[in-house]
Amino acid sequence: MSELFRIAIVGSGPSGLSAAAHAATKGISHILLEKTDHLSDTIFRYQKGKHVMATPSLLVLRSDCEFGPARRETVLERWNADAARAGVNVRYNAEARSIAGARGDFTIALANGDTVRAETVVLAIGTQGNPNLLRCEGASLPHVQYQLDDPAEYIDEHIFVLGGGDAGIENALGLIADQAQGNIVTLVDRSADFARAKEANVKALFAARDAGRMTILSETNTTLVEPGWITLETPQGAVRHKCDRIIARMGSAAPRAFVEAAGVRFTSEARSAFPQLTGAFEGTTPGVYVIGALAGYPLIKHCMNQGHDVVEYIAGRTDLKPADEPILEAKLKDLPGALSVSEWLEFLRSRVEILHGLSPLQMREFLLDSEVKAFRAGELIFERNGVGTSLFGIAQGAVQVEIDPKDSKVTVPIPQGSIFGEVGLISGRRRGATVRAGEDCVVVEIPRTATLKLMAQVNEARETVERVTTERQILQIFKSGLTPADLAEVLPLAKTLEIKAGQPIMTEGEEGDDLFIIRSGSMVVEKSVGGKQVFLSYVPAGSYSGEMALLDGGRRTATVKAAIRSQVVRLPGEPFRRLLAKKPALLARMREDVASRRKINAFLEEKKDSFGGVVDMYSSVASFLIDQGIGEATDVLLIDETLCVGCDNCEKACADSHEGLSRLNREAGKTYAKIHVPTSCRHCEHPYCMTDCPPNAIQRGPDGEVFISDACIGCGACQRNCPYDVIQMDRPPPAKPGLLAWMLFGMGPGPGEPDAAWRDKKAKAQPERAKVAIKCDMCIGKAGGPACVRACPTGAAIRVSPEEFLSVALLERGQG
Amino acid sequence: MAGQTQRRKRATHEGFLRHRGFLFLKIGTVLCVGVTAAYLFQDQRLPRGGGTLLGYGLGTAGALLIVWLALLGVRKRAVTNGYYSLKAWVSAHVYLGLALIVIGTLHTGFHFGWNVHTLAYGLMMLVITSGAVGVWAYATLPKTLSDNRAEATRKQMLARIRSLDEALLDAAQPLPRIDAEIVRLSLEKTEIAGGYWQRVMQNWDNCANKAAIAQLQPVLAGATGQQAAVLRRVDALMRDKADALAQARKQIHITALLEGWLFVHVPSTFALLAALVAHIVSVFLYW
Ligand SMILES: Cc1cc2nc3c(=O)[nH]c(=O)nc-3n(C[C@H](O)[C@H](O)[C@H](O)COP(=O)(O)OP(=O)(O)OC[C@H]3O[C@@H](n4cnc5c(N)ncnc54)[C@H](O)[C@@H]3O)c2cc1C
Ligand code: HEM
Ligand code: HEM
Ligand code: SF4
Ligand code: SF4
Ligand code: SF4
Repeated sequence: MSELFRIAIVGSGPSGLSAAAHAATKGISHILLEKTDHLSDTIFRYQKGKHVMATPSLLVLRSDCEFGPARRETVLERWNADAARAGVNVRYNAEARSIAGARGDFTIALANGDTVRAETVVLAIGTQGNPNLLRCEGASLPHVQYQLDDPAEYIDEHIFVLGGGDAGIENALGLIADQAQGNIVTLVDRSADFARAKEANVKALFAARDAGRMTILSETNTTLVEPGWITLETPQGAVRHKCDRIIARMGSAAPRAFVEAAGVRFTSEARSAFPQLTGAFEGTTPGVYVIGALAGYPLIKHCMNQGHDVVEYIAGRTDLKPADEPILEAKLKDLPGALSVSEWLEFLRSRVEILHGLSPLQMREFLLDSEVKAFRAGELIFERNGVGTSLFGIAQGAVQVEIDPKDSKVTVPIPQGSIFGEVGLISGRRRGATVRAGEDCVVVEIPRTATLKLMAQVNEARETVERVTTERQILQIFKSGLTPADLAEVLPLAKTLEIKAGQPIMTEGEEGDDLFIIRSGSMVVEKSVGGKQVFLSYVPAGSYSGEMALLDGGRRTATVKAAIRSQVVRLPGEPFRRLLAKKPALLARMREDVASRRKINAFLEEKKDSFGGVVDMYSSVASFLIDQGIGEATDVLLIDETLCVGCDNCEKACADSHEGLSRLNREAGKTYAKIHVPTSCRHCEHPYCMTDCPPNAIQRGPDGEVFISDACIGCGACQRNCPYDVIQMDRPPPAKPGLLAWMLFGMGPGPGEPDAAWRDKKAKAQPERAKVAIKCDMCIGKAGGPACVRACPTGAAIRVSPEEFLSVALLERGQG
Repeated sequence: MAGQTQRRKRATHEGFLRHRGFLFLKIGTVLCVGVTAAYLFQDQRLPRGGGTLLGYGLGTAGALLIVWLALLGVRKRAVTNGYYSLKAWVSAHVYLGLALIVIGTLHTGFHFGWNVHTLAYGLMMLVITSGAVGVWAYATLPKTLSDNRAEATRKQMLARIRSLDEALLDAAQPLPRIDAEIVRLSLEKTEIAGGYWQRVMQNWDNCANKAAIAQLQPVLAGATGQQAAVLRRVDALMRDKADALAQARKQIHITALLEGWLFVHVPSTFALLAALVAHIVSVFLYW
């Protein structure tokens, strides 16, 4: 029987290593299992020379390994030394495949067939996951590899790269970059197009193929690997090629399945869900602990602290205060009531409905992201048309919502326990009403990302938010003195639907009288005129559609389809009509809307007869813009190429107002009918870039700007997530001499982004700065607004919001 | 949280010539009409020219206007944080600059001679004329610029030429030395841009790639078998390169036209400022 360890730690990242080092220091019997042949593979795989950042700086480090901001190499060296000094018992090339048993005697099976036994297991495997393996005969031969560290290593080889995602394409391009290496490279992908990869990569790939420098085989599968050969199933049949090396980049499987197989449940089905854990990091299988990025803490410092803490907990300690205690204390210290941190956590949890389902550990993490605020009676909490996407929960007192823009006396109360501010959260648009404290109250303000995390983790929270949102959104859209009681009949029949881009919610000529509320995303309205689909209008989130058939009966007069992935609420027509009968004000209001929509339709149809070409142009420009993602933008830079003289003053102004780096690539991007959509941030309603940012550095500013704060650690996740390719990773160049010094004495490189040579020369004199994510911040905080637009001499550069631009204004442009 | 800022974010979609419904055209016209009226209705018995009261007035106005017009060069480059619109500046620059023709001319009272005063006047007219050429360029060329580039960036145009060069080098490997010389001519001697006049005049007759294609034709005609296949590929690549060169050069040509007039406009602005100082100083010295 093999040795029974007290603790087995799987994964030697910052969390696992820190746990092992602490166990070693405390003299607890342990084993650290690492899949690769070195410690901390995630950090090992950072780009060479990357500056590793140690945020949040307020958090004290509690670990037997050292850590501070430093280069990747330094961090790794230090950890190797720390591990050796502490006497960590590490076993390399030991990939855990399964965990069986119960507290006191777990058996961990390794990939090579060995087993390891331990009383408790700490899972610290991070979120990188395992690469999807090639599944065919011969897949385990040594010339099949899943990573490419240095493309310059291979010379005169026949190489097959499997997988047409960004990783595969980048690897393939890397291998042919230097022709002198003489590699013959083939990229193999299962699909027909390269839909998963970024456009820039796909373009470069086709360019390389057209230049005869590599071969692309699409709709192709690998069926057999033999030493020196590969057999592929192509649409034309099976072919056998000479092959010295296979690089498989077919994505990776999230580690979730592995964790679940060990009996640890996750909080929900959502992709973003985390394992269900106690305050001591213990999962739903007693004796199995989960820490680090996998537990929802992606910053290295958090990881290391948890490694330390989990060992203390396993060793039986119960009074340990988490390391984030001082941060929470600082957050809560100015509030009335003199409660301790844990009392506050309990106070909030028990009083705010959507927090009821949280564990103490989740509560802590939740509060790190959120703010608790006290307001006096009558004090303003937020204003109508203000931009803000956070959600508020009322822990004490009540608030008053001023629903009538003209009369601040008309208010609706929201009681303790409930939430408000949810509409901005769902649709990313401006606040629809002013909210004041009705009496002295304590509220918790939850940023959008934290709310989404909360909704993914706790089902009750999601349901509550959705219910309240639907109700309030309907009240807000129709106003007209409706109260929640009026909706009692309609609401239970409301259904929330997810609509894919391009999918219609109603089709012209079809029967139907349901009403649709656009909750998130946006819709386009089209009508067939003279046999062609003509774009009629754009319906942003927070409006409704389907009212014509509802009011006047008859068939649908237009097709309404999603411009981007959207969420709509369907209200059945019959009960809604009864509601209208009871509420003449609402009916009158809807009639008004119908009349103005009718006018546009009539206008277009009339134009169509006299200026068919104009309407076609209008319609096709609108479709082009929607294809360019304008439908999910809140504010986008367009360039009118009938005016643009190519002076690049817009780029120069951008660089000069942002530490010398332009966030705009004027020339790149698509053009249609002389409207050019340059490569620049669209400030999406639901920014993709925000999704996986470890330090939550991407936020929305008061004017709707999506910007990156100083907290950025340069991990590059946002760059990969942005579908519009507008984020670059770069370091700000050294400061330039002023404008007058350049104009009068020719000092420095002049306006705009300094060239590489000047940067290199100057940079030698200064310490190198870390590469961080750089993108348009819409000149946040600058009173004059975006510099690109201000600095354009001809008026070619304009910034627009989709509602404004995708309107009849576009039609007028076509005429003038 | 509630602090929504009141920043100005949007510019209306109007070019610099039409800015705010031709506001500055209107102002400029009113100015010209007013000044002309004052000139015509001033006391007929007095002499005309810079020495009169109206002359001093118009001279001062003209000089201030010139200084302000010249400051556009600074405004364009000083990216300050407050609100301004360079488009509005340019719009005013164009129309008020044109009004200067009337203001300046009436100031002189049509007294011209071979002196520093008339030099200043001449330079002013040169600056204004070149400005008008610029407006013509700005109004007509952007469309051709956009059509020519067809979504390609300058970088991509150069990259396309470079990758064709690489393909040419590859394709030429099996060729005998003497034929490879033709490829080398295209690879090593092709100049993309050339000098400024060449750019403006679009004179690419001495293009090495063009010469190489011409030299290749007799060789291609005489070749057979494997050799002919290689030469055909080389020929096709060089023709692709000719297309790529034509696109890049047209882009360079239009850009040269869009910037060229500034090489007159800006230096003569400096000369004008110097002459103006001399004029004003001399006027006060010889008083
Ligand atoms: C490019 C990039 C830059 C970043 N920059 C920073 C930064 O500057 N500052 C910062 O604070 N954070 C940064 N992060 C985030 C941070 O690196 C991770 O969140 C952190 O490493 C997570 O630590 P962990 O211990 O949970 O897991 P990981 O560090 O991912 O470690 C997991 C370890 O487990 C091993 N393993 C996995 N599965 C098994 C198995 N079945 N059996 C055995 N071993 C296994 C892996 O090989 C790996 O060594 C960055 C992330 C990336 C991707
Ligand atoms: C502060 C501004 C100016 C002042 C005070 C000024 C003053 C004068 C005076 C006093 C005269 C009369 C000289 C004479 O009759 O001998 C004169 C003439 C003239 N000025 Fe100006 N001037 C000014 C600006 C300008 C400008 C902007 C121009 C045009 C670029 C200009 C061009 C002329 C010309 C061409 C004459 C006619 C010279 C002549 O009569 O022989 N002046 N100016
Ligand atoms: C005496 C009068 C004028 C002076 C001193 C003057 C001066 C200048 C200066 C200094 C610039 C800045 C160039 C740069 O930095 O790039 C400029 C730009 C320009 N000027 Fe003038 N100018 C005058 C009259 C005019 C007139 C009459 C016109 C038009 C009819 C004109 C049209 C322009 C245009 C179109 C620009 C380019 C703007 C840009 O691209 O930024 N100018 N002028
Ligand atoms: S500043 Fe205006 S004219 Fe100049 S390149 Fe930019 S968009 Fe074109
Ligand atoms: S960076 Fe990309 S994803 Fe993020 S807001 Fe801008 S365009 Fe949208
Ligand atoms: S802003 Fe981007 S690069 Fe910076 S930490 Fe967030 S995801 Fe990573």
